[in-house]
Amino acid sequence: MPPPLVSVEIKINGLIRTHTIEPRTTLVDFLRDHLGLTGTHVGCEHGICGACSVLLDGDPVRSCCMFAVQADGMSVTTVEGLAPQRGCLSKIQDAFCETHALQCGYCTPGMLIACQALVDKTPQPDEAQIREAIGGNLCRCTGYQQIVDAVKLATSPGYQIREPSSPLAGETGKTVVPGVPHD
Amino acid sequence: MKAAPFEYVLAETIDHALECLEQYGMEARTLAGGQSLVPMMAMRLARPAMLLDINRLVELKHVDAGDDAVSIGATTRQRTIEDSVDVHKAIPLVRDALRWVGHIQTRNRGTIGGSLVHADPSAELPLAAVVLNAKLRLRSMAQGEREVDAQDFFLGPMFTATSDTECLIGIEWPVWAGTGIVTAFDETAMRHGDFAMASAACQLQLDEDGICQRAAIGMGGVDGVPRSFPELAQEIVGQRINPRMAQEVAHCAAQQTEPGSDLHASAEYRRHLATVMLSRVLLAAAQSRPADTTAPAAQAQ
Repeated sequence: MPPPLVSVEIKINGLIRTHTIEPRTTLVDFLRDHLGLTGTHVGCEHGICGACSVLLDGDPVRSCCMFAVQADGMSVTTVEGLAPQRGCLSKIQDAFCETHALQCGYCTPGMLIACQALVDKTPQPDEAQIREAIGGNLCRCTGYQQIVDAVKLATSPGYQIREPSSPLAGETGKTVVPGVPHD
Repeated sequence: MKAAPFEYVLAETIDHALECLEQYGMEARTLAGGQSLVPMMAMRLARPAMLLDINRLVELKHVDAGDDAVSIGATTRQRTIEDSVDVHKAIPLVRDALRWVGHIQTRNRGTIGGSLVHADPSAELPLAAVVLNAKLRLRSMAQGEREVDAQDFFLGPMFTATSDTECLIGIEWPVWAGTGIVTAFDETAMRHGDFAMASAACQLQLDEDGICQRAAIGMGGVDGVPRSFPELAQEIVGQRINPRMAQEVAHCAAQQTEPGSDLHASAEYRRHLATVMLSRVLLAAAQSRPADTTAPAAQAQ
């Protein structure tokens, strides 16, 4: 006979979610498979890569290294919960775009969580603090430098997210075909 | 990469936890921070029929500094200890060791007791525990409480004196009396936060002239258990630490170890690394200033 199911109530990105699940469901599988919150990525599934990082009561943790039932009654913030509202970006997210801090994007949710956790506690981090904060997250594209640059940019005094610009085609009046020189 | 099915029990009190362990015995595993156990379950290296979660036992979460010892509850998070000013003041070696433990995300969940009971031979906290000879308090329903010296607690890789029905309750870290206490911890790993290929730690008490009054030294990753060397440490007492002496002590210590070989490092290379690490920490500690008891936690690098 399979072991009894458990009922969990977790506040996720401000919304209380109640589900009945198998105890062996990891937090990351719960987020992705039960709630459809696929922003959190699952990489190594044994606590090495950091892609699955989420904020648990405000602190960054690896969601593959805990069972969802352990988060019962707690508050979880995923990458979907970082932006102030739908269609917008947080400062860190915007700075990631500005400095090209992602390429394939696999590590990005975990990186954003790690960086957000840092600036929540340390609004003006120095380079060593930034590197320590992302030390548990693997990125095979950027070489990390642009991610460090993104955090520096986002935390520089007076940094504002620029207003969304009009679409490129509208500005130039041309259709841009990827891979084809357009001049 | 998914854990096998198990029954989940959330311990409500210590007695409740001990009753469950009594009832399930070998079938149960105690879940503390889960930073090693959950991956082991995902890889099916561990397949407990019952998982006993002791994370919500508030009685096991505390850092109490006394004159002779700092008492830390078994499920106190590593991050809490890292940020504790009491720990920085009274047991700076534990603070030094924690900087090498995993990453911020794992230290936010990982507990001090979990790391000790897991007993990875290359882990930092077990090494700090044997160097300082911390006392571990184990409790079971049938036998009550007993105290085990860290020296006797670690029996082999992932193997400790804890029986199937026992739970680690807390750890007493001895505080050295007097002034001039200096510490250092160093290790070599493929990347910071990875398992150490070799590590070393020391705590010294130096008088105003830099003469060593008391010493404790140890090496990790070079044997089935973390090692301390009380006899060698005794030979340092009465001397001033210098590079030649540090090298000799480290060399003698490494000769007493039996490292294994793996993909990353041969036994001989591990022994060499441990020699370098121990001689470095002795010199680093001797050259460092005694712990500034007024420094705020956040200032420590």
